Amino acid sequence: MFSAAKNNLGALGFILFWMLAASGIYLYIRFDTSAAGAYRSIGELEWWLGGILRSVHRYAADAFVAVVLLHLVRELAAGRFRRWRTFSWISGVPLLWLMYASGIVGYWLVWDARAQFSFFSTLEWFGMGANGLSAPADRLFSFFVFLHIGLPLALLAGMWIHVQRLGQPRTVPPRAMGWGLPVCLFTLALLLPVSSEKPWNAVKTASALDIDWFVLFAHPLMYATSPSALWAIVLGATAILLFLPRLFAGRPISPAAVDLDNCNGCGRCVADCPYEAVVLGATNQALVFPARCAACGICAGACPSATPFRKASELVSGIDMPDETVRDLRKKVQEFLDKGNACVKFQCAHASATRDGIALRCAAALPPSFIEYALRRGAREVLLIPCRDGECAWRIGDELAAARFTGAREPRLRATVRATRDAGEYRFALR
Amino acid sequence: MKAFLRLLAQLALYLPFVALIGYFSHAPRYAVLRPGEALVRLSFVHAAERKAPCRERSAAELAKLAPNMRAALDCPRERAPLLVELEFDGAVVFRRTVPPAGLQHDGNATVYHRLPVPAGRHRIVARLRDRAEGDFNYVREATLDLSPGAALLIDFIPAQGGFVFRG
Repeated sequence: MFSAAKNNLGALGFILFWMLAASGIYLYIRFDTSAAGAYRSIGELEWWLGGILRSVHRYAADAFVAVVLLHLVRELAAGRFRRWRTFSWISGVPLLWLMYASGIVGYWLVWDARAQFSFFSTLEWFGMGANGLSAPADRLFSFFVFLHIGLPLALLAGMWIHVQRLGQPRTVPPRAMGWGLPVCLFTLALLLPVSSEKPWNAVKTASALDIDWFVLFAHPLMYATSPSALWAIVLGATAILLFLPRLFAGRPISPAAVDLDNCNGCGRCVADCPYEAVVLGATNQALVFPARCAACGICAGACPSATPFRKASELVSGIDMPDETVRDLRKKVQEFLDKGNACVKFQCAHASATRDGIALRCAAALPPSFIEYALRRGAREVLLIPCRDGECAWRIGDELAAARFTGAREPRLRATVRATRDAGEYRFALR
Repeated sequence: MKAFLRLLAQLALYLPFVALIGYFSHAPRYAVLRPGEALVRLSFVHAAERKAPCRERSAAELAKLAPNMRAALDCPRERAPLLVELEFDGAVVFRRTVPPAGLQHDGNATVYHRLPVPAGRHRIVARLRDRAEGDFNYVREATLDLSPGAALLIDFIPAQGGFVFRG
C-alpha cells in the first residue's frame, strides 16, 4: 500500500488539482468579486455545501503542496532527475513557483486579516509599495481574482508539459487511492471546517494569526530572516533544482538503435517506450532520440522481429540495445539450456533477490517469444523475477510485462504457454 | 477479508496524512507582533521629478528635426531617485534612496517598509525628496497614540499635499 502510494504521488497531485478546480468553480460562482463584498460572500456560504467545499478547497491545496513536495523528494532520492528524465525534472521546477503563487493569491481573495498579512508580506518580499492600501481597492482585488484563475491555469499547462516526455503518464491513481484521498479530505472538511479571520482592516493588524503553514510558510520565514535571505533561499533552491541534472549527469549510456532493414514500422516500440524516446519517422520506421533514451530495453522487448525462432543466420532485431542485443540473449538462453537446467531463470537487474538467472534490464525487455523458445528447447519451466516491490526502475516495465504475459498487449505470450504469478514472480510452462 | 485488510491499510496510511494536513493548515498560531506592539507601515509609489530640467530647443535644432518631431522642449527621461526618511521619537529608523523603475530610470519608485514599534504615544516624522538636489521637499510630522495591534499606514499622495498618515 505504501509502495503504491509513493509510486502514485504525481497522479495524486493530478487528482488534487481536479478537486481544487471543481471546488473552486463552485466557490467562484458564489463569490462576490469586489473588495467590499468578498469577505461577506464567503461568510454567507451555507455550511453543508459551500462551507464544506471551501474547506475541501483549502485542504486539497495543502494536500497538493504536501504530495508535490513528497513527489519531488522521492524522485530526487531515487536519482530520477537526470539524463532522460531531465525534461520532466526541469519542467517541474516552475510548477513549484506556480503552485505556491496560486495558493498565496488564493488566500488574498478572502480579504481578511490573514489576506492582509500575506499581501503585505509579499509586497515587502518584493520590495514593492502601493498607494491607497487603506481603502478597499476593487481594481487591485480584480487583479487578485485574475491571478487566482490565471496562475492555476498556467500550473495546469505546466503539468501537461511536465508529463510530455513520459509514455503512458500516470495522471490517474489506482481507484482505491483515487477515492480514498478525496473521501478523507471531505471528512476532514466536515470535522474541521475552515473559517476566516477578522475582515481586512489596513489600520489594524492582527497580533497573531492561524496561518496555513503549507502555503504561507514563506512569510514567517521572511520575518525570521529577511526579505533578501528569503530571496536567497528561494532562488538558491530553484537554481540547485535546475542544475541538478547537469551536476549529476552520470555515466553515458548506449541508446537503442534501429535496424531499418528489420523494422516494419509496427509502432510497438513507440507505444511502449516509457520516456517517449522512440517515434515513427518520415519513412514510417522507428527513430530513436538518444538524449531521451534510458537504454531500458523495453523497446527491444516489444519488437516483433526480436523473436529467437527466426531462421535468419544473424538474429537482428528492428530495434535493439547495441551493448546487449537479443542475439546475445538467445545465446545466454541456449547456454543455460546446454548446462542441463530444467528451469530457465530470468531476472530484472533491479530485482532485490539475487539469483543465478539471466539478468535483464527490465522484465519488459524480455520478448515473450523467448519464454516459449526456452520451453520448446527443453526447459520444463521458465521463471521471471521482476523488479523489487513491483516498483519498476523504468516506470511502466512491470505493467507492460504483465499485459504482454496475460495477452492484453502486443507482443502477446502465446496461448500455448501457461503463465502464473506468485509473490510477484512469474512462472511459465507449456500447457 | 483481503479487501477489509486493504481498507485498514489505506486508513493507516491516510489518517496520519490527513491529520498532518488538518493540523498544519491551522497551527501553530503565528505571532505577527509581540504583545504590546503596534505596526507602522510606509508604503507608496511615486514618480520623482526629472533628473535634469527640460531644455528649450533652438530654432536651428528644430529645423534639423523632421516636422512631426519638432517639440519645443527636449526633456531627458531619467527621473531623480527618491530620498525617504522616517524618524521615530527623534531617531532616524529608515533612510533610503529609492531609484526609479525602468531601463531608462523613468518609472515610479516604490517604497515599502514595515516597522513594529512599542504601543504608546510617539512622534513620527516622514520626509521625502523627489528631486535631484536640495533638502526634503515633503515633510509631515505627527504625534500619535498607537494602541497595541494598531497599524499606522504612511501613504504619499501629492494631490493631498504629500504624506498622509492613516491609522
